[in-house]
Amino acid sequence: MKALRIFLNGVVKENPTFVLLLGMCPTLGTTSSAINGMSMGLATMVVLVFSNFIISLIKDIVPNMVRIPAFVVVIASLVTILQMLIKAYAPEVDKSLGLFIPLIVVNCIILGRAEAFAAKNNPLDSIFDGLGIGIGFTLALTLLGAVRELLGTGRVFDVALFPETYGALLFVLAPGAFIALGYLIAIVNKLKKN
Amino acid sequence: MAYILIFITAIFVNNVVLSQFLGICPFLGVSKKVETAVGMSAAVAFVLTLATLVTYLIQAHVLVPFGLEYLQTIAFILVIAALVQMVEIILKKVSPALYQALGVFLPLITTNCCILGVAILVADGTYDHTGIETAGLLTGVWFALSTALGFGLALVVFAAIREQLAMMNIPKGMQGMSIALVTAGLLAMAFMGFSGVNNGLAHLFGLN
Repeated sequence: MKALRIFLNGVVKENPTFVLLLGMCPTLGTTSSAINGMSMGLATMVVLVFSNFIISLIKDIVPNMVRIPAFVVVIASLVTILQMLIKAYAPEVDKSLGLFIPLIVVNCIILGRAEAFAAKNNPLDSIFDGLGIGIGFTLALTLLGAVRELLGTGRVFDVALFPETYGALLFVLAPGAFIALGYLIAIVNKLKKN
Repeated sequence: MAYILIFITAIFVNNVVLSQFLGICPFLGVSKKVETAVGMSAAVAFVLTLATLVTYLIQAHVLVPFGLEYLQTIAFILVIAALVQMVEIILKKVSPALYQALGVFLPLITTNCCILGVAILVADGTYDHTGIETAGLLTGVWFALSTALGFGLALVVFAAIREQLAMMNIPKGMQGMSIALVTAGLLAMAFMGFSGVNNGLAHLFGLN
């Protein structure tokens, strides 16, 4: 029951993108299509689950003074492993996400959850927190990617919904990322009030 | 001439915030006042240039000779964190006035993804979207400095707009981050007007 609550807290109440507004660089930079947004979200989730787990295991061994550098090394190692795996098994994902894979290291969501949750809770709860926040992030990125892809090219997940000529290419380009996210946050704010 | 081209491309055409999406967190976080925006830009310019210099040397003289390229991410993030700490200590001793001005922003810079992003781009030599032969230390550091200036320009302009926005009557649902993001989108659209300038300049300078 508690695990479910922690999980849902990450997906809805503390959604990293729409509520906490963390990790904006990958949110804007990788959501030119739904599939790109989803792969970025999943990559971040993998790192987040493992980093939460490991940090929660080592939290009592690490002296308080060097806490942050130690956490950063754990996260950076996980990202390096993930980067190698993606390069080996999914080169096309590596190509479309590019620089944003090593930049998962400086994603504030991961260090933020390490500090705010994993450093204070037991490993099992930390895994659920990582899963919840990770899925919340993935959903948000997929939604933003789908909206941008739909408005820009008339497709979602490469399924054509209306002819491409009606699409506003702007939404696939940089300005569309800001504008689409701005309006999505406004909609979420409105929904939260009701 | 190549340096002018890198300069203009990094600031206007491929602006680090508005078209590369690096360093969005400080861009949205510390852009409520022009004054703090200027402080943050100065701190980023300082650390970004220094970090690029150091990480390039580490990549070329430590990681590559020993075949440790896969340690790049870990090595770079540690170097940047240590560098930020060191800059903070040195500034405190050498120039208390500058420390007062930049102090609050320095710890934030470690997690600014434009520092690590630019360091990786320069170390890998993959930043030459200008189409020129660029792999040296000097061009790399010059690119880093130009990028930092581009970051500063975007941040200060955005902060000035947000200062004006604070006085406006904004619909309830759009208040806060929502209107800020839409504004950033319009700013990005304005910067899109520069796209293609780099190719024109390269042609003018006879570089392509």
